[in-house]
Amino acid sequence: MNDGMDILYLLIPLSIVIVFLAGLIFWWCLDSGQFEDLEGEGFRILTDDDKTAHEKFEQP
Amino acid sequence: MPAACYHCGLPVPTGLDLSVRIQGRERAMCCIGCQSVASAIIEGGLEDYYARRDAMPDSQREAVPVDLQESGLFDHPALQKNFVQPVGEHEREAALILEGVNCAACVWLNERHIALLPGVTAITINYTTRRARVRWDERKIQLSEILNAIAVIGYRAHPYDAAQADAAAKRERKAALWRLFVAGFGMMQVMMYAVPVYLANGDMTPDIEQLMRWASLILTLPVVLYSAAPFFRNAWRDITLGRVGMDVPVALGVGTAFIASMVATLSAGTGPSDPVYYDSVTMFVFLLLGGRYLELMARQRAARGIEAINRAQPTLAFRLTAFPLPDGERIAAIELSPGDIVLIKPGETVPADGQVIDGISSVDESVLTGESRPVQKYAGETVIGGSINGGSPLFMQVNSAGAMTRLAAIQRLIAQAASERPPMVELADRIAARFVIGLLLVALASAAVWWSIEPARALWIFVAILVVSCPCALSLATPAAITVATGALAARGVLVTRASAIESLAYATHFVFDKTGTLTEGRPRMLECWTSGESPRSVLALAAAMEQMSEHPYARALIEASETSWCPEVLQVKNLRALAGLGLTAEHGRDSLRLGSLKFCQELHGQVIPPRLAEWQAAGDMVVGFADAHGWRAGFRFGDTIRPEAAAMVARLKASGVKISIFSGDDASVVQRVADALGIEDARGNMSPEDKHAALKALQAAGAVVAMTGDGVNDAPVLAQAQVSIAMGNGADLARSQAGIVLLGSDLHALADAVVLVRQTLRIVRQNLGWAFAYNAIFIPMAMFGWVTPWLAGVGMSVSSLAVVLNSLRLQAEKTAEKGPTTIQQQRHVRSAP
Repeated sequence: MNDGMDILYLLIPLSIVIVFLAGLIFWWCLDSGQFEDLEGEGFRILTDDDKTAHEKFEQP
Repeated sequence: MPAACYHCGLPVPTGLDLSVRIQGRERAMCCIGCQSVASAIIEGGLEDYYARRDAMPDSQREAVPVDLQESGLFDHPALQKNFVQPVGEHEREAALILEGVNCAACVWLNERHIALLPGVTAITINYTTRRARVRWDERKIQLSEILNAIAVIGYRAHPYDAAQADAAAKRERKAALWRLFVAGFGMMQVMMYAVPVYLANGDMTPDIEQLMRWASLILTLPVVLYSAAPFFRNAWRDITLGRVGMDVPVALGVGTAFIASMVATLSAGTGPSDPVYYDSVTMFVFLLLGGRYLELMARQRAARGIEAINRAQPTLAFRLTAFPLPDGERIAAIELSPGDIVLIKPGETVPADGQVIDGISSVDESVLTGESRPVQKYAGETVIGGSINGGSPLFMQVNSAGAMTRLAAIQRLIAQAASERPPMVELADRIAARFVIGLLLVALASAAVWWSIEPARALWIFVAILVVSCPCALSLATPAAITVATGALAARGVLVTRASAIESLAYATHFVFDKTGTLTEGRPRMLECWTSGESPRSVLALAAAMEQMSEHPYARALIEASETSWCPEVLQVKNLRALAGLGLTAEHGRDSLRLGSLKFCQELHGQVIPPRLAEWQAAGDMVVGFADAHGWRAGFRFGDTIRPEAAAMVARLKASGVKISIFSGDDASVVQRVADALGIEDARGNMSPEDKHAALKALQAAGAVVAMTGDGVNDAPVLAQAQVSIAMGNGADLARSQAGIVLLGSDLHALADAVVLVRQTLRIVRQNLGWAFAYNAIFIPMAMFGWVTPWLAGVGMSVSSLAVVLNSLRLQAEKTAEKGPTTIQQQRHVRSAP
């Protein structure tokens, strides 16, 4: 028995948790419409001003 | 060289002095429209727009002045119900389409400008789709004010009410993407666990290996239960319906591999551990879903030609209540009834079918007829609901509205064609079903054989055969090509109303035109004019003056002829009387005049009919006489003229190897003249419907596949006898049409185009089928011998069905290459036309 392998008992369950977290983040991205306008948002970052009504949209 | 307008970039007309102070300097403007828009932008504190933009906006020169009162009608709850949703107690949200957005700075400008309006609580504009969502507090601001604010800075916003259809497509894409992602992430992570096990090659302790297996199981579970759910659902549906669909092998393969792996994982420790296939399962599902996702995108793209017709639906109409006074009201287009008079402004959709009663404008009918150039419309001409008015305002009297319109008839025909399955597709489906049954048997047999040779590999080979085989390619081959072809044909104004028509048209060897009217203009023109000595011009002017009030087709033709010979003076005639079926009588100066049938004229003076006129009449043409009490003064010969593009169309059809005939009920000499002009050898006139039917049967008995072209309504038995019938939809009664293919436009080239396209479609179907068979014939035996690795099986299957879809999409590409710009560009073209 190689002692160095014990760490896998922690790492493998941890990796599963991380995968589910990543999935959750992607689900949030998809649900909030992050993939709907791939072009416009890139420009928006250049032109965005501090308080536009646009920002209020996601938190009405 | 004239200066360019700082706002829109068009040259500033000489002598015009308009300017706006932008970025500290006076900037020249080309028109008042641009000046007011630029001023509005500067006053709103949005000067940055000019620094940020990377494309010029649309010119404001032809822009319509905004009618504030009219857009106020958008505030009516009845009109809002389609595109406005309540959010809170006083908040409302609407979906709008923004026209004129062509750079990212436009998005910024609009968002800033609208957001600054008091009462607007949120706005977002999607640059890719040009859609805006806006939310406002209805106590502080009305939607019409928002629309006007957008118009002030030079953009046009329309309510967007096709949102439901779009939302469905969006949900479908979202779900597909999410399934794909789950499968992809599951696959990557399971590989992470699988690769060390492969590399360790047995050196790994059983505990760790078991841990890896459990981890893989947990990650594969959502992939199988969620991502692969559509496969299982479809397979289950097929089985309960007693069919064997193309998802059955996939579901069986994935299910078998997963259950076997799960059993191996759960029973570990009781004996020698069996192999697990989690990596293969997740990979199959990921690759299959990837293929399906690309297919979905391709399908949604292919359906656009048809969708454009469904989206042409007009929503609003401006009904004039006291024509010719400009008073009126905005109502929903479906509330119109025949006889109503509506005003159609430039840029608006024609709300119903009707007749222009005042105004001249160019109308874009491309969605409905495939004619890409705008069509000039004058008073008296018909306009089709759903086309777009491009140039200037038109007043129209409604002939039919709502479900009675041509657009509604077209949509019904499309729905009818969609509900039928072409025989070609049915055949392919039957073959695919047998293929699947055979495949299941082959897979079972191979598994049994391998069980006796090498039991450890039997299960894997069973799964590999099921997954690598591609019944999808087989059953997609035909419908994919037909869907794309139907869309491409619709974009050219060729509507397929019977599912079998594409196939029959491609095989057609004979084109029969069942009347000369399909090859000619379908309305009389004056061909020749004979006079007893006067100048034709003055005689024509007098005759035209008599016919001025008449709506008879010959009267219109006569007036047209007199105008083409540039008659300057308008002559006054008195005591004009029309005698039904005979002609007109009138007085001019001292002369008593008669214009009408030769016999009617002869009664006035009793002289013999001039030989020229008798000759014309003998040739079968309509001859109108003109006489006074002293004798004959003139005669006019009328006939149908051949459409300008008919000869080229006939030549193209002949070049493609089909024979052309005319079977007509018209006079034989008229038919012969048309046939000679077009180079058609086989022309038969004076035929009764029975004669046509018999002649058609004789052709078919000789082995011909006949495509019959007519008006689609008359001669129904003759059309039914032909293998495929084509109706010239222009002006015909679409609702009663029995034809398998309808030409919506008046351009005969569409017919020759359609023949080229359907033949190409059949070629593509053959290629697709050939590919599907070749693929399966190579890979199934390889899988049987155990040479197909897991990744190869998944890739092979996805690539083969994708290849079929992409190959079919080539039909669409061919269309754009020939036809050029898209509808949006055409609309822009209409607007900028002088």
